[in-house]
Amino acid sequence: MQYEEVATTEEGNLVINVGPQHPATHGVMHLVITLNGETILKVEPHLGYIHRSIEKMCESLSYRQFIYSTSRMDYLSAHINNHGCALAVEKGLQIEVPERAKVIRVLMDELTRVASHVLWWGAMAMDVGALTPFFHAFRERELINDIMEETCGARLTMNYMVPGGVMADLHPDFVRKVKDFVAFFRTKIDEYDTLITHNVIFQGRMKGVGVISAADAVSYGCTGPVLRACGVKCDIRKLSPYDGYEKLNFEEPLETAGDSYARYLQRMRELRESLSIIDQLIDNIPEGDFQAKTKAVLKLPKGEFYSRVETARGEFGVYIISEGGLTPYRIHFRSPGFNNLAALDHMARGQKIGDLVAIMGTLDLVIPDIDR
Amino acid sequence: MTKEELKNKISDIIPAATFDEAGEWLNVSIDAIDWFPLAWQLRANAELDFEFLFNITAVDWKTHITMVYHLRSVKYGHIIVVKAKCDRTKTEIESVSKIWKTADLNEREAYDLMGVKFLNHPDLRRLFLTDDWEGYPLRKDYVDEVNIVKL
Amino acid sequence: MISIEHISQSLHEALSASLNSTLVLLIEMVIAGVLVIALFAVLGLVLVFMERKVSAYIQIRLGPNRVGYQGFAQTAADTLKLLIKEGLTPDGADKFLFNLAPLVVMVVAMLIMAPIAFTKGFQLWDINIGVLYVSAVSSISVIGILMAGWASNNKYSMLGAMRSGAQIVSYELSAGLSVITIVILVGSLSINDIIASQQNGWWIFKGHIPVMISFIIFVIAVTAETNRAPFDLAEAESELTAGFHTEYSGMRFAFFFLAEYVNIFVVCAIGATLFFGGWMPFHIGSWEAFNHVMDFIPGIVWFFGKIFSLIFLIMWFRWTFPRLRIDQLLNLEWKYLLPIAMFNLLLTTLMAITGFYFK
Repeated sequence: MQYEEVATTEEGNLVINVGPQHPATHGVMHLVITLNGETILKVEPHLGYIHRSIEKMCESLSYRQFIYSTSRMDYLSAHINNHGCALAVEKGLQIEVPERAKVIRVLMDELTRVASHVLWWGAMAMDVGALTPFFHAFRERELINDIMEETCGARLTMNYMVPGGVMADLHPDFVRKVKDFVAFFRTKIDEYDTLITHNVIFQGRMKGVGVISAADAVSYGCTGPVLRACGVKCDIRKLSPYDGYEKLNFEEPLETAGDSYARYLQRMRELRESLSIIDQLIDNIPEGDFQAKTKAVLKLPKGEFYSRVETARGEFGVYIISEGGLTPYRIHFRSPGFNNLAALDHMARGQKIGDLVAIMGTLDLVIPDIDR
Repeated sequence: MTKEELKNKISDIIPAATFDEAGEWLNVSIDAIDWFPLAWQLRANAELDFEFLFNITAVDWKTHITMVYHLRSVKYGHIIVVKAKCDRTKTEIESVSKIWKTADLNEREAYDLMGVKFLNHPDLRRLFLTDDWEGYPLRKDYVDEVNIVKL
Repeated sequence: MISIEHISQSLHEALSASLNSTLVLLIEMVIAGVLVIALFAVLGLVLVFMERKVSAYIQIRLGPNRVGYQGFAQTAADTLKLLIKEGLTPDGADKFLFNLAPLVVMVVAMLIMAPIAFTKGFQLWDINIGVLYVSAVSSISVIGILMAGWASNNKYSMLGAMRSGAQIVSYELSAGLSVITIVILVGSLSINDIIASQQNGWWIFKGHIPVMISFIIFVIAVTAETNRAPFDLAEAESELTAGFHTEYSGMRFAFFFLAEYVNIFVVCAIGATLFFGGWMPFHIGSWEAFNHVMDFIPGIVWFFGKIFSLIFLIMWFRWTFPRLRIDQLLNLEWKYLLPIAMFNLLLTTLMAITGFYFK
């Protein structure tokens, strides 16, 4: 590494444990930070407090079953994780997904992205000390959860995407409710801006903090809004479009500053972009089947299948190695949070403790996604 | 760069490399010992310019262990998959955390769960499991009678 | 008309008639002590309830609404819970200082209550340097916080205490300077004189721009001094879990909690006294009829009305703003508030000399 070793025992240096139970880590993550006064010298993540070894479990689950365990990884992007797995299996079996299912999937993905970013917005504000936005964020997220509940039957671990399409058809109220939500939510984003984005204290906490250059961010394997805030195009929806993203008309917003504020603005812009995608699709859901005809027992041919999707946090990859059996021989998930976390140390060095919390907020870490 | 050009370029660097073009991306199979020189060239060569190591996987094939590296060039957009074959009893491969910083944590994960020793890794320790854990859970011959329930 | 002034006077006369003066003083002190403690308890309950309801209103929630009418007994139930909870003392803690710290903070909060005039002639101690006394005593509370942070033997507590120390010591300055502007205009440090000088209008209106500036500085400084958001760095819960009182539980924690609210009450009472005329009703110059109508509302109602309006303002801050960072906090004080306060002091002095204010 390019950093010199930081002596943790040196006179005046203070080592503190942030976590495993700490309000800022949003879960059970353990950071050992070395401080000099209030200034951070080093951040070292200690992981594994909720490691369930999903990769090992998947080796004994069938190709229909393993998808459900991925909802438990990044629980805020459950749909998108399921989508990635379904895509990998479909790639192996060469299943042609019906148009209706594709549109439903994209709609669900974008609603999930909105829900995830809204929750992030609330949690981010809470990290910098404003407690109120959290409740406002939950008000909006609740509406999405209600929509999800009607169609998928679940509010968090949806398990709605299956190989070949989606589990069930849309609820009759879906279109009306989504339209209502989008109209309502557009007014709320402006409210978010007045409450937090334009706040002087908030901008002071964010600007010029946790800067990472584009080259470093790529080297650390950051993806999603973290990398796009450095001005690097990395949206999988644009790079290798899946399930009809190529037909949609949407921008890939890019910020260039690479600091906390850029990451914040990046996500706010993505929120608006997701709403525009929903707008384009909600009136044009084609009629037809919601699921392709598939065999009851799926058996992938021998080979390797890699699929990539863009979750709310970045690039999610599913790497299935099949030996032709009923279960995957080996499965590996490339989780966006794990790689984004790697850059935390780089961003936080030389900043204050309060900034560490803010930087973690802008990285939008979901701990089960990191630990898997 | 197309698959063909990439193939030529890589065989110039590592003549012993074998290729598999069947899949979506070009697959390069090499020996563990060739990995570091290849990785260095993949990153340093301006025409290849693989800046982004987006996935590191360790696969246990019972006879040997393969490290699978997925690489992408942000500039050109081409992707290759490098598979480095390691010995199963003495599983060692050079660390690439000097080249791609993301390898630091990802290699620790592979070490922790698959028991691949990365030479010259700055801080090779258990990542998820406790320091005194015995065995490497993702290996096919790992036995844990308490926690793993066979279906 | 019954007023509190008459009650206290007649009580004094009744006691003096039958007992000698030392005994009278003793009894009166006991009564005063009991009243202060009772006020403390009531304030704690009311302010905590108020905070929860205000925050609930801002955060589109309902807040406590199950215990008692509209949840009014909720804070009482919480206090009961804290009372019967085990008060843990961590192993490596300095036990004496650890136990002393909440008391110091409490006692300081109680002491500041002494010179505050609640209504005409209802004051514990009419000291002629009332304002000086308040700013002197209130800075002692930082000792209690430092004690708590250091004695807990916890790194989070320590960091919180150090932050609090830096913060309170710096913000004392601007709070003091903004108080002095009023002292200059009045020409006296006595709380009663300050209130009497607002007979024909409150200073915030009479002193126009300089006093408004010093009021704004005062509000910012006391928010910081009482460790309230956006200046709650000492207990910043997303960074330091709970800051200096991380290790406290049970009744000792309740003491800190109570002291925080009493401190808010006290600083708001000072603010109301200096800028809004204390118990003085809203008077406009020589509008005799209007002033007379206003006099019908008792002074104590005016006083508490003003205090609670200010408290609401401070609560509003807390539930709206994000928190500052420690360096930004100190920058704000030393680079902005203090120079502005000093310049404003100069302006006020000029204004007082030239008589360029509403008399």
